[in-house]
Amino acid sequence: MRKTLLSGLCGALVLGTASLAGAADKPESIDIGITAFLSGPASVFGDPAKAGAEMIIEQMNAEGGIGGVPLNATFIDEGAGGEALLSEYRRLVQDEDVDAMFASISSGNCNKIAPLAEDLKVMNFMWDCGTQRIFEENDYRYVFRTQGNATPEMLASVLYLLKTHPEFKTIAVVNQDYAWGRDSWNMFITALKALKPDVEVVAEFFPKFGSPDFSTEISRLQALRPDVIVSTSWGGDLDTFVRQAAQRGLTNTSVLVLPLVESSLERLGKSLPPGHIVGTRGDHYFLHPDKRDDADFKAFVEAFKEKTGAYPIYPVFHVSQALAALKAAYEKAIEANGGEWPSREQVIDAMAGLTFQGLGREVRIRDDNQGVEDQLLGTTIHTDDYDFAVLDNMMMFKGDEVITPVGEESIEWLSGLQPGFVEEVTVENFSH
Amino acid sequence: MNAQLVALAIFDGVAYAALVFMVAVGLTLIFGVMRILNVAHGSFYAIGAYLTVTLVGGVIAAGFSPWLAYPLLFVAAALVGLVVGGPIEKYLLKRIYVKEEALQLLVTFAVFMILEDVQRILWGTQPYFQADALQLLGNIQVFGVYYTAYQLILLPVVAVLVLIGLRLFLRRTLTGKLILAVTEDREAATSIGIDADKVFLVTFVVGATLGAFGGALASATTSVLPGMGADMIVLSFAVAATAGLGQIEGAAIAALLIGLGRSFALYLMPELEVLVPYLIMLLVLLVRPEGLFGTAKTRKI
Repeated sequence: MRKTLLSGLCGALVLGTASLAGAADKPESIDIGITAFLSGPASVFGDPAKAGAEMIIEQMNAEGGIGGVPLNATFIDEGAGGEALLSEYRRLVQDEDVDAMFASISSGNCNKIAPLAEDLKVMNFMWDCGTQRIFEENDYRYVFRTQGNATPEMLASVLYLLKTHPEFKTIAVVNQDYAWGRDSWNMFITALKALKPDVEVVAEFFPKFGSPDFSTEISRLQALRPDVIVSTSWGGDLDTFVRQAAQRGLTNTSVLVLPLVESSLERLGKSLPPGHIVGTRGDHYFLHPDKRDDADFKAFVEAFKEKTGAYPIYPVFHVSQALAALKAAYEKAIEANGGEWPSREQVIDAMAGLTFQGLGREVRIRDDNQGVEDQLLGTTIHTDDYDFAVLDNMMMFKGDEVITPVGEESIEWLSGLQPGFVEEVTVENFSH
Repeated sequence: MNAQLVALAIFDGVAYAALVFMVAVGLTLIFGVMRILNVAHGSFYAIGAYLTVTLVGGVIAAGFSPWLAYPLLFVAAALVGLVVGGPIEKYLLKRIYVKEEALQLLVTFAVFMILEDVQRILWGTQPYFQADALQLLGNIQVFGVYYTAYQLILLPVVAVLVLIGLRLFLRRTLTGKLILAVTEDREAATSIGIDADKVFLVTFVVGATLGAFGGALASATTSVLPGMGADMIVLSFAVAATAGLGQIEGAAIAALLIGLGRSFALYLMPELEVLVPYLIMLLVLLVRPEGLFGTAKTRKI
């Protein structure tokens, strides 16, 4: 408690001096800190995101930065563990006096950082984490999320499943045994039961995080033959599960619903067969149906592939949105300030109702600081152009139709949905 | 639970046990002879897997037959044993045999951490997958469920061969007998002219090779990625402790017990799956603190 008080006090002091320095002084640079997993299993997200952020910042700076001020980013490794992360976070905010923080990939880390950011009075963009709880359980002034959250991601997956496979009866789940695996399944099944009350859950598996082998789960699932198997797993766990399932023919008898598999498509190659459902955690896809012919988008995708050897995946697009939000907020604040450089508090004020566009569709920050982001899903097909599965039969759901309304709690809202919603919801269709 | 499900659970349990045994037996061999609990054994497993993926991937990319994947499993394992295991024993562990056990544990843990970073430098953080060895053997249908022949037949057969081979090596060859003699009584063995240093080196290389071989075999079935060594060392330690440290045949039984326990748990109470290996270990150690097959040591003066 004393620590919190003390850090709050320090934060206030830092902020005090910053404001005293005068709102009109243009700084030499806008400094930001970005937390990302650069070690551990989740570095499958952090490494590409860091590479993407560096490329985008370089380009932004080449084009004059934000209001003529260049951007300067420092990265913190989330893989170093909770305590190390928080102390590094404090150090950047209090000692280095950064202008904004982007944190973080892990929902657990977001839960810890959101109150800290509020204490330190530093603008924090939750640039990738999915937990819907943060803004449902607390009000924040300094914390924003520059993308959707788990609720629209799960609901859109359920809607896509019901639209494409209306006849299915039985379902099973294989999720990682940690907060995300449990929470996402809870949301998925709550929405599914509301929209299709006669669905039958035949098996629920939560193998431990980082499990190297799913053979037993796969045998069991082959004996049970569920119509649909959901897995919100990611990284090595998801890759292993999909490959082992495909090797043993489970993918021939059940449809897989994989809300995070966009981030594994290229690694999985053609071992992810056609006909399975792919989620993109928003509208994130290197062949985005709106943008695949857009010259800037194509140039970025190619440059990214050139630099890292892989196509960009959703964390790269997420970090692009956080950077776009930062730029939009500063520009809006500068305008509101009559062209003068804004104070940090003025930038925070500018976040209200802000719209911005990274490498996806436009995102809007709503009243509870949550971003509203459209959701893209598709079904895998194999083509000659890529040596991995790509998306066909794509559907884009409108962000504000599939997200929990401000002030409501997700599970409650999802369980109150009516089966007719599947037909009412707005859908845009795209092909490969 | 009907007969069909029991059979399925047994198949899964045996395949899993085969892989765990391969790693645990190396760990237990090293402990039996050198009385050192080698945490870095997990690194041999991981590096064995990484090296196999690289070698097999490279050979296939160069246009050679994917059947070469099988000999390459041995090549990768032997390379890890000799090039990684050998120097660790010769230049590091040798200096600490006389030190306290806690220190030995910390040193091998440090080696493990260093090797984790070495893997990250060499192979990065993205998962690898190289399953040609597994795909070549195709699938087998049992009770309407498809198994890969690699997991259902090859892994258990290899595990049994390793067990028999190791037994013959220790009982029938000169080197094996020397190892047993040093294990039994190091001082007496040294006094009749056995080069204990050499015996330790050979044992460590063999143990490390077995760990790496486990990784090589596992690489075709799973994603090879950072952290895989840590999981395996914990599990194989549970197997070795359940069996009684130093017990080779016991490790096979304990691996089977844990493998079957885990797969039956998945059918009956999936929530218990992760706990099962440790519950079994706990139960065994409560009743027999020296492990299933361990013998209480009389302290020599």
